Amino acid sequence: MKQLVRVFLTIILVSVVLLYITDRLNRSQGLSGGNTLTVYNWGDYIAPDIIDQFEKETGIKVIYETFDSNEAMMTKIEQGGTTYDVAVPSEYMIDKMIKEDLLIPLDHSKLPNLKNIDERFMDLPFDPDNIYSIPYFWGTVGIVYNPKMLDGMEITSWNDLWDRKLKNEILLIDGAREVIGMGLNSLHYSLNDTNLKHLQEAKAKLDTLTPNIKAIVGDENKLLLANQEAAIGITWSGDASEIMSENEDLDYVVPSEGSNLWFDNMVIPKTVKNIDGAHAFINFMLDAKVSAKNTEYVSYSTPNKAALEYMPKEMVNDERFYPSLALTDKLEVYENLGKRNLATYNELFLEFKMHRK
Amino acid sequence: MGNKAKFNLYSIPYFLWIVFFVIAPILLVLYYSLFDIDGNFSLVNYKNFFTPVYLMMTLNSFWYAFLITFFSLLFAYPTAYLLTKTKHKQLWLLLIIVPSWINLLLKAYAFLGIFGTYGAANKFLETIGIGSKQILFTDFSFIFVSVYIFIPFMILPIFNALNKLNPTFMDAANDLGASTWTTFRRVIFPLTLDGVKSGCQVVFIPALSLFMLTRLISGNRVITLGTAIEQHFLVIQDWGMGSTIAVFLIIFMFLIMALTGARKRGV
Amino acid sequence: MKKKLSPVSSLFLVLIFFILYAPIFFLIFYSFNSGGTMFNFESFTLDWYRELFGDTRLLIIVLNTLVIALLSALISTIIGVIGALYIHSVKKRQTKSTFLSLNSVLIVSPDVIIGASFLILFTMAGIKLGFYSVLLAHIAFSVPIVVLMVLPKLMEMSPTYIDAARDLGASSIGVLTKVILPYITPGIFAGFFMALTYSLDDFAVTFFVTGNGFSTLSVEIYSLARRGVSLNINALSSLLFLFTVILVVGYYFITKRSTKSGGMGVRK
Repeated sequence: MKQLVRVFLTIILVSVVLLYITDRLNRSQGLSGGNTLTVYNWGDYIAPDIIDQFEKETGIKVIYETFDSNEAMMTKIEQGGTTYDVAVPSEYMIDKMIKEDLLIPLDHSKLPNLKNIDERFMDLPFDPDNIYSIPYFWGTVGIVYNPKMLDGMEITSWNDLWDRKLKNEILLIDGAREVIGMGLNSLHYSLNDTNLKHLQEAKAKLDTLTPNIKAIVGDENKLLLANQEAAIGITWSGDASEIMSENEDLDYVVPSEGSNLWFDNMVIPKTVKNIDGAHAFINFMLDAKVSAKNTEYVSYSTPNKAALEYMPKEMVNDERFYPSLALTDKLEVYENLGKRNLATYNELFLEFKMHRK
Repeated sequence: MGNKAKFNLYSIPYFLWIVFFVIAPILLVLYYSLFDIDGNFSLVNYKNFFTPVYLMMTLNSFWYAFLITFFSLLFAYPTAYLLTKTKHKQLWLLLIIVPSWINLLLKAYAFLGIFGTYGAANKFLETIGIGSKQILFTDFSFIFVSVYIFIPFMILPIFNALNKLNPTFMDAANDLGASTWTTFRRVIFPLTLDGVKSGCQVVFIPALSLFMLTRLISGNRVITLGTAIEQHFLVIQDWGMGSTIAVFLIIFMFLIMALTGARKRGV
Repeated sequence: MKKKLSPVSSLFLVLIFFILYAPIFFLIFYSFNSGGTMFNFESFTLDWYRELFGDTRLLIIVLNTLVIALLSALISTIIGVIGALYIHSVKKRQTKSTFLSLNSVLIVSPDVIIGASFLILFTMAGIKLGFYSVLLAHIAFSVPIVVLMVLPKLMEMSPTYIDAARDLGASSIGVLTKVILPYITPGIFAGFFMALTYSLDDFAVTFFVTGNGFSTLSVEIYSLARRGVSLNINALSSLLFLFTVILVVGYYFITKRSTKSGGMGVRK
């Protein structure tokens, strides 16, 4: 009994000391009270020194919180309870959030740097006239592959993946729209197709790909591909550039049948407390130099045309990550298909996953 | 009996916990399970559960949870038994738990590296002449890593049960001429049954709803009810169907508890 | 009775420990990799450790994680022991089984569901999301594991003990503190350590109920997954691991010296 009491007291003592230290640290960071701005973003999706710079220039302290999926983020914003001032959802989620009335219209007069954004990334179907959102990063969905592991074989299209030689070499991404979309694209249907017949056709075609599929994975695909666990991976261009910086043998291609064009946009959710600060932050991120610096750190493709001048030539001229207008015109942005259709996609995907070799 | 009232007074925190963190969430989940994907009141989710896809998943969940529990027990029992025989047994026991404090995702990443085509496991297989094999994304790796995660939960209660065993019991049995196996089967094992039961519960029940490892280690080759719930909540945002599956999980759990608890045990 | 372990038994234990620690050594090994990834060891570097010490945000997160883990494990242990005592005291088998089942609901429910329903409950109750909501949630999901760890110890305790104590004139409190609690101490410690494990490992529940700048290590690590977990997280985990091992071993030998009984309070 004595021992129980002793351990009990020790733990309380240690906790109090730790709490005290945390409190001091928080104070030294200026995080308690005062002029703060809460940014809700993906983990490691901003250059840390840019936050410092913003804090110095404006005197606003940034609280940086992170999420790991659009849906989880939306749930948190929907429930309230925290004051998120700026968030960075993906495009299909923005459409959903607008419909659910979770976003606040932006005051474009407070965003003079908006002129820096490339015209072709403005006024897109998920947010006409950019009333609610400003592009942060963008990219494509495509195929990362290792020519060395494939005896120099070249891959240019989705249909190339059905080659018998590629047995057990493909890592798919764990996303219903990406995978079913790949089936749809390979049949030259639209990525936003909701015709059940087409969807089932796509699923049936995907079933025949099963012998070539090694696994259906999530974010760990970066680790697996760079480590040559498989020769081919279906993934987002942002991840692709990440993987390629780790293993130079790899190449990335946007399939010729077409593919998905995605965006992560900055928005102001309805949980906002510091509206001026939020606009200041968005405008700051749109600054050409800041954006260039951020892009170099994150290494995704920036929609900021003015920033390209400040970036290394080889980065900007890389057609794989800054594709020409001709190519981006062929790509499709995901539309919000509604819960019903999304459920159909997911059911088919689930059935596909359970389809055994 | 005055004694009983006393216990009730003490028990208030526990009752509060049950009401706020067990009953309330159950009611919430039940409530959500009654709405279809468009937010209309209906029982369609319950009907959907009885389609081949979900029944298959249920079977899968039970089968893998069983395998995980079985292998955990298989390795945990001798480990716990041998630990009680070591000199600094409490220290060794603590050191069994310590690895479970390292973040699960990181450990899973480490296993991806170890079990990979060019990983340490395959290097070892090559040196002993078996040759490189695909280990990742197989049932083996999935069960291996799951057992790895759950085994401390199995070892602890078994260790505690074995540790207090009176050595005189065993000596008595030995003196009576019982073989080691008989001693184990007739004396040791029955006396540690409560520990084993507790261990099996804390492994089997969470193993039913495993989801992250199914993607990380098995590359989505193993699909369980946990995976489906995750999908419904976080991908389709169809909380109705997700909640319905959770209701079934809770029902299964109640059945398991009723079955494992029914046997009357003499003290 | 203290016989030496046979070679086969020793080998078995060594193997078990080797497997348990293999992934951790893997992580530690690559925390020294200048290559920046968890494969292809390029050359030795301490850069990841250096990077760590400049990162106050991460330090705060680590401290948050530890405080939450310790406090939630402590409080859930107390509640869990109370719960176990209560369930044990219930005589009717059916009631007992019902309580046991209710107790395990949170273990069988996937984290997403627990997280989402707690989030709804907390916002309904008007609890501000942050330290307290996370602490409450962690206490809540750790209670059942404590109950399940303590119960077998209670069940194996012979009721004659208690009767004897009572016959000798001990009060209820006396029986509890002098007889029952000492007997179930190993179970209590087991529950505490498992609660600690639950708390440190949890990601999904914490994610949903946290807010206002409060974050734990798990949430941080999972949100890094999309961009790839950097090796300074490896470095951090290595340090935490080393620290824990030193603490555990140190604590064990200190208590060993000061009391005759074992480090985890097992009565001999």
